Parts: sequence; C-alpha cells; structure tokens
Amino acid sequence: MEFLESVTITPFVLIAEDFPVFFGEVVFNGVLTGVLYSLVALGFVLIFKASGVFNFAQGAMVLFAALTLVGLMELGLPVWLAFVVTMGAMVALAYLVELLVLRHLVNQPDIILFMSTIGLTFFLEGFGETLWGSNVKKLDIGIPDAPVEIVGMLFNSFDLIAALACALLVAGLAFFFQYTPTGRALRAVADDHQAALAVGIPLKKIWIIVWSVAGIVALVAGIVWGAKSGVQFSLSLIALKALPVLILGGFTSVPGAIVGGLIIGVGEKIAEVYWGPAVGGAIENWFAYVLALAFLFVRPQGLFGERIIERV
Amino acid sequence: MFYRETGQFKTTYAADQTIFPIFQDRIFIFALIIFAYLAVPLIASEYMLQAVLIPMLIFSIAAVGLNILTGYAGQLSLGTGAFMAMGAYSAYKLTTGFPELNIVLVFILSGVASALVGIVFGLPSLRIKGFYLAVATLAAQFFLIWMFNRVPWWYNYHSSGTITAPPREFAGVMLTGPTATAETRYLLVLSFCIVAGLLAKNLVRSRIGRHWMAIRDMDIAAEIIGIRLLPNKLLAFAISSFYCGVAGALLLFSYLGSAETEAFDIFVSFDVLFMIIIGGLGSILGAYLGAAFIWLLPIFLTNAPQLIGLSMPVDFQKHLEVMIFGSLIIVFLIFEPAGLARLWQIGKEKLRRWPFPY
Repeated sequence: MEFLESVTITPFVLIAEDFPVFFGEVVFNGVLTGVLYSLVALGFVLIFKASGVFNFAQGAMVLFAALTLVGLMELGLPVWLAFVVTMGAMVALAYLVELLVLRHLVNQPDIILFMSTIGLTFFLEGFGETLWGSNVKKLDIGIPDAPVEIVGMLFNSFDLIAALACALLVAGLAFFFQYTPTGRALRAVADDHQAALAVGIPLKKIWIIVWSVAGIVALVAGIVWGAKSGVQFSLSLIALKALPVLILGGFTSVPGAIVGGLIIGVGEKIAEVYWGPAVGGAIENWFAYVLALAFLFVRPQGLFGERIIERV
Repeated sequence: MFYRETGQFKTTYAADQTIFPIFQDRIFIFALIIFAYLAVPLIASEYMLQAVLIPMLIFSIAAVGLNILTGYAGQLSLGTGAFMAMGAYSAYKLTTGFPELNIVLVFILSGVASALVGIVFGLPSLRIKGFYLAVATLAAQFFLIWMFNRVPWWYNYHSSGTITAPPREFAGVMLTGPTATAETRYLLVLSFCIVAGLLAKNLVRSRIGRHWMAIRDMDIAAEIIGIRLLPNKLLAFAISSFYCGVAGALLLFSYLGSAETEAFDIFVSFDVLFMIIIGGLGSILGAYLGAAFIWLLPIFLTNAPQLIGLSMPVDFQKHLEVMIFGSLIIVFLIFEPAGLARLWQIGKEKLRRWPFPY
C-alpha cells in the first residue's frame, strides 16, 4: 500500500509542489542529456541507413576519438590542430574498416555483420588504450563551466554550449544530406542499394563517407561526454544508452534519432528524480529500455521508422 | 581410408534415425565420453579442471540454449547473461530456503524459474523482430541485473550483496561449496552438459525443431502453413532460458563459488553470442565447438607471451589481448562465416574421400 502510494501519488505531488521551476530544471537537464544521446544514436542511424550494418562499434568510436584527441593534446598540440588530426584519424579508420572488414563481408547475413562490429569494438577499445593508456584523462577544451540563471532556473553554461553545438552539427548534417550531391547519393544508397549502383553511385566510396561522417559525429560526442565526465573506458558504454533511442526513433530515421533522444533523456530524468526513490534508485540503466519497449508494442518500427511490410 | 560408411546398411527405422548414423562416429563419440569421464579427472591438473574445463562446459550449456533461440528459432537475444543470473539467484534462494532439497533438483528448478522469466521477456518477439528484438532483450539484461542488485531479498540481506554457494551433497558426495573437489564438480558439470546436448539434439530434429526452423526462415510463411507463432516462439524462449538458467546456476555453484551481478553482465551475453556465431548458427555441435574456442582463446592469448619468453607490462598486455581477440573474431567471420561446425563438416567430407582429392 505504501509502495503503491509512493509510485502513484507522491511523485505527482512533488511535481506540483515546485512547479514550474524545479520541474522545468529537471526537464531541461533531460533535454540536454537527450541531445547527447541523439548524437550517439545519429552515428548508428547514418551507418544503418547507408549500409544496413548495425554498427555496435559506434560507442568504441566515441571512446577512440576522445582518447586520440586527448592524447594529441597531451603531446602539446593546440586544440584546433588536435581536432583536425583526430578528424583525419577517423576518416582513415573509416577507410580501413571498409577495406579490411566490410568489403569482405558483402552479402553476409545481418547478424554476421553485427558480430563483426562487436569484434571491431573490442579492437578499437584495445587499440585506443594500448596507444594512449587507460587512466582517466581530463579533457579541457576551454568552454566555460559556470552556473547560469535563466528565468529562475539554474543551468550549466557548458551544457548549454554543448547542446547548441550539437544542434548546429545536426543542422549541418541535415543540410549536407538534403542539398549536396554527395548527400543525395547517400540518400539514394539508403533507399535502394541496387538502384543506386545502377545509376552509377560508387557504393564503396559512399560507405567510406558514411563511416567518416559517423566517425566525426563520434568525435563531437566524445568531446562533449569526455569534457563532462572525463575520457575513460566507460565512454564506450554510451553505445548501450543510445540503443533504446534507436528503437524508439526507428533505425532508419535521422529525425527519429533526435526526437527519440530527447524523449529518452527527459523521460529518464523525470523517472529518476520522481519515481527513483520509490523503487530503490539507479533506474536510469533500464528505464530507457522499458520505455522504448512500451513504445514498440504500439509501433513495432519505432516512431519514424519505415513501415514494415511483410510478404511471403 | 578407414572412415567410410560403405557397407553400413540401415534395416530399421530406429537405425535410420540415430544421431550418429556412421559407425566410426559412434565409436569416436563413445570413446570421447569415456575419456572425458574416466581419464580426464585422473590426468588433468587442478588448474586445468577449475579454470579451463569446468567453465568451458558450463558456457557450452548456455551456448546450446542460445543456439536454440537464435540459431534455430531465429530470435536474436542479448539477454543471456540476465537469464543465467536468474538461474544462479533462484538456485541460491531455493537451496538456502530449503536446505533439504536435492541439489540436482535445485538446478533444474532454477532452470524452470529462468524459463518463466524468459517467457515474459519473449513476449515482445511476437510484435518485433531482428535488431529491434535484440535491443528489447537488452531490457531484460539491464532490468534483471538491476533487480538482483537492488532487492536485498535476492541475496538474503547479506551486507556485501554477494551470493555464495553453500555446501550441498548428493548421494554422500560433496557436490558444491568450498569442500567439493574439482573432480566431482567437473563430473557434475560434464553430466549436465551431455544430457543437455542430447536433449537439445533430439528437440531440434523433432516436430518442434522443424517449427522453429520454419519460423526462422520466414515467420509469415510459417504462419500460413499452419505453424502457430505464439506458442512456438515462447517455447523457444522458455527452453533457451531454461538452459541458460541451469548454466547460470552451475556457474555459481560449480565454478565461481560466490558471485555478484558483475559475473552476469552484458559482456557475458556477448561472449555467448560469439560462441554460437563462431561455432555455427543452427548447430548443436557448433555450440560446443564455439564455447571451447571463445573460452580457450583468451586463456591462450594470456599465456602465449610467457610461452615464447616475452614479458610486457600487465595493462599493456591486457589491452593487446582485447585487440587481438577482436581482430581474430573479424578475421574468422570473414574466412568462415558459417562457423566451426561448417569446418568440421568440410573436414569430414575430405576424410571420407581421402586419399583422393575428389
């Protein structure tokens, strides 16, 4: 009885008590985390759309990019140069992945490709830490980290700038996909591999581009997460956080990744703050999955995923 | 030359349906089982039994279970670790709650508990498929592990949150707990392993197994020819989770001794998935071969530098190991995506024609 009350009544009382200031803060914090989830999910979606590969290594790519950036900065490179070099490293990685892995696995079942990206995850984690060491590193790229007050609610200036940067990146990607010839080619490949090949789009080049773009998205995600919580192994577990975002938004939809990320971010924060105490806390780990699962019962293809049509 | 089935005629239906239709295969398998029961406990060292053979056999049970679900019924699952945890924790609760209960029965009952949980988390498979389902099974992984961490009832309100296998005996022999010898634990695990394999092999070549394979190949077509998806998919989840639950209980009682939830985290799920993919999807033999390969490879990688007289810093070696493990997986998938079971088949074909090339 007490438990029922703490689940069904108390949270709403708490919400009403501090409305709108504290609730607003919770929601906004959720949005900020959500933006970061979207960023990781975006990398998944880009690759899945263009090559049908469920790239589990996206989290490891985030870790690898952040490790490389920090490592280069520790060697004494200025931030901008380290950033450019890391970007180059991510493009090189994309090229190597295509050359050494994907090219040899064309026409294999999805699950084999999926497992090969888990292999890639192990490799990247080992490689990054062999190269740059495994102790926790501080990433400082010179963004101010101070509390800011907006209409009575307290925010972190770093979070706001990070969210803005992510929004810009997403807008840039949307532009890239919509208005450049390469972007059009990417969308064509995503729609239909064979038709794209037939009109003369080089599939292998497209894959390299997509993996490069996903690598750069991973770099941005790595910078933001790394600056927040230090660059360390747990960064690669972000991939697990992005998976419910993916199924909520749909594997094949860029807007889905963004909206899904926001929903998960906000939902998770609200649940943790108001419902967490009733069931023992730390529900952030699984709440997102259960939320996404509940959604799937209504729409099996996610919010914006392509409708699944099945024929015999 | 010596491996031919020439002259082996089948005169009864029973002979037609034996698991190993070739006489030489039967001899080989019986010799292997006798060797495993009689010779191995005598010649293998404590380390060999404890660190290599026992966990390898336990994981092969889990791999058989996952192979039933993923390889035969076509439902991708990443929740293996959680189902194993369910088995381990329910075995712990059962045997501490009812100390008189036969320990072998406890293992089987904990498998049943795990099966029930598997059915609950298998329900989404009716609506969603493929990678969506894989992510949905992750919900089981995270939720169950969280529950075992946060609900003190599961670990008997122990302050450290660990569960420890209590000493239990069966027919006068100590089977579990700190006083049980490695040999008895090995024999217990081996027996479970053989029974599990035999049951699974017979299951997948029965009507139920054929239903599963039809669902795996195309579930809509299967539905149209009259296979009911609901009971068959849930049955696959139930049986797979049963295997995983028994494996989890054995992992706690026969291998780890005491454990926390970390022993059943998401990486266990990945490892078991690796086992069935490297071993061969849709092959019981493959599950065993894959479990051996994935369990032995890291041990080999850890010991290899010492064998060739190379010494390096511990953390550097650890990272290198992970790196080599990952790349070997990729290389293996590129060269033989159908797995070790396929290699075994090719080898057998070659042997039958030997010494002729074709």
